[in-house]
Amino acid sequence: MHRRNSEGAFALAISSPALLIVFGVVLFPLATTLAYSFMNMELISADRGSFAGLRNYAEVLGSEAFWAALGRTAWFTAASTLIETVLGLFIALLLNESFAGVRFLRTIVLIPWAIPTIVNGSLWKWIYNGEYGVMNAIMLKLGLIAEYRSWLSDPFAAMNLVVVADAWKMTPLAAIFFLAALQSVNKATYEAAVVDGAGAVRRFFSLTLPYLAPTILIVLLMRTVEKFKAFDIFYMITKGGPANGTKVLMYETYLSAFTNLQYSKAATYSYLFVIIIAGLTALYVRALDKSEASNG
Amino acid sequence: MVEKNRALNAAKYVFAIAVAVGVLAPFAWMFVTSVGSARDLAAAPPRLAPSEWNLDRYRAIFTSASKTDVAYAFRVAMGNSLVVAGAVTLAALVAGGLAAYSFARLEFRGRRPLLLFMLFTYMAPPVVFVIPLYALFEKLGWLNSRSALVLLYSSFVIPFIVWVMRGFFASISRSYEDAAAMDGCTRLQALWHVFLPMARPGFIATGILAFLMSWDEFFMALVFTSNLKAKTISVAIAEFNGKFSIDYGMISAGGVLASLPPVIIALAFQKYIVMGMTSGGVKE
Repeated sequence: MHRRNSEGAFALAISSPALLIVFGVVLFPLATTLAYSFMNMELISADRGSFAGLRNYAEVLGSEAFWAALGRTAWFTAASTLIETVLGLFIALLLNESFAGVRFLRTIVLIPWAIPTIVNGSLWKWIYNGEYGVMNAIMLKLGLIAEYRSWLSDPFAAMNLVVVADAWKMTPLAAIFFLAALQSVNKATYEAAVVDGAGAVRRFFSLTLPYLAPTILIVLLMRTVEKFKAFDIFYMITKGGPANGTKVLMYETYLSAFTNLQYSKAATYSYLFVIIIAGLTALYVRALDKSEASNG
Repeated sequence: MVEKNRALNAAKYVFAIAVAVGVLAPFAWMFVTSVGSARDLAAAPPRLAPSEWNLDRYRAIFTSASKTDVAYAFRVAMGNSLVVAGAVTLAALVAGGLAAYSFARLEFRGRRPLLLFMLFTYMAPPVVFVIPLYALFEKLGWLNSRSALVLLYSSFVIPFIVWVMRGFFASISRSYEDAAAMDGCTRLQALWHVFLPMARPGFIATGILAFLMSWDEFFMALVFTSNLKAKTISVAIAEFNGKFSIDYGMISAGGVLASLPPVIIALAFQKYIVMGMTSGGVKE
């Protein structure tokens, strides 16, 4: 019992710097933002600071803007996560093979991931440029378009081009995760399958995919959380436009907080956000626990 | 069978080349843009190789003394990024490492809820913190301060480090520390002399990720800095990109330089990065 107590005291003592910094920064704004979401904090309002009950939530949830932003966020999340996972899986399978140059490929594959998000955004904005962009030139040469287009002035095209830019940067991460999992695969099982005459496709679906399933689930959840919070790349490439076509949840929240100074609305958006993220985080923790359990 | 293998092999190489080109070409394009002349940049179709190598932009970034110059702003902002990311990495390694040790090794009340709360802070959208913090920091005079950025970044980098390191520490056998305790070491001595040397790869891995996360951070820097006292390179690039007539040559030069530290780190320490990312199961 004594040992137990002293262990607890020691644990608390050495964790205190981390706990102080994290809780010191985080608790006050978490509580205040929560309070704002139940209050009337709009700058122009006469009864600023009054209790509003669930009115902010009702207002936000009843507004078309929220659901539109949620829909765009969901589209962005689903599209980019899908590309990253599928392409990442193929790249991981490739990098797991042995052939001349595979070491080089394994080394360079992380480069896009290392490039800062803002730089990545500015790079793709330049590629997409309507007058001098290299994408127009390539597509014209391939005969896919008849004349130069200003890609970022169409809402849906703009959204999907942001998806491409984001997928370019983040696919390597998924690939590296899958590769790490593949490299711990038991080779003997595969050899047995080859002896049994199972073809490459069959081996992939009956051995590789089930083996990778927990990793895939973790990558999917982890990426979903990140995508839901995406802001930087939208700020850089489209600023939420054109015609609100790329106004995702984070962007909408940022605008209400720092451009329109609608603190209650921003706080309400933030907490709706928190609810979504908390749900995804809970799923993520459960998936981690499960994969730890299944790995031994 | 042999025929089929040959086809598969060919497909493998085609895909490998496609991946290599896909990975390298956009970055190479940014570099080409950064050394192209103004005429090259306005050429349609674009020139894939610059007509002459123009390193003026890089020279300007390294030497410009004019405070109204974008090149000057890029240099100062890059310095701010380095200082902030370096300080966050150090602070987060010390504070986060100690906390991770206690979460991985010691029994105490509230361990699991505290750990989950840490994970939540890291996962939470930053926007839920910034409105009250902005008002508070404004009152305290902490806007445009690198120290304030270090504090803010630490509040989400530490949880990340704790989460990843805890997983890593848990995989190190306890028996060495127990042996040290038998020999009469105190807890702190065992931690310092026995555990720390074994945990070094974990520190390298998470330290690298902490640096990369801080270097990449944009949202908080955008909100909390507005002048060159603390503005980071990401904010400087984004701001310059928002102007009406964008000088893509200069932006690309800044982009190449801003990418160099993380890209070099990623190439040199790939093994550690993969280890760090996979041991905690957390992202970037």
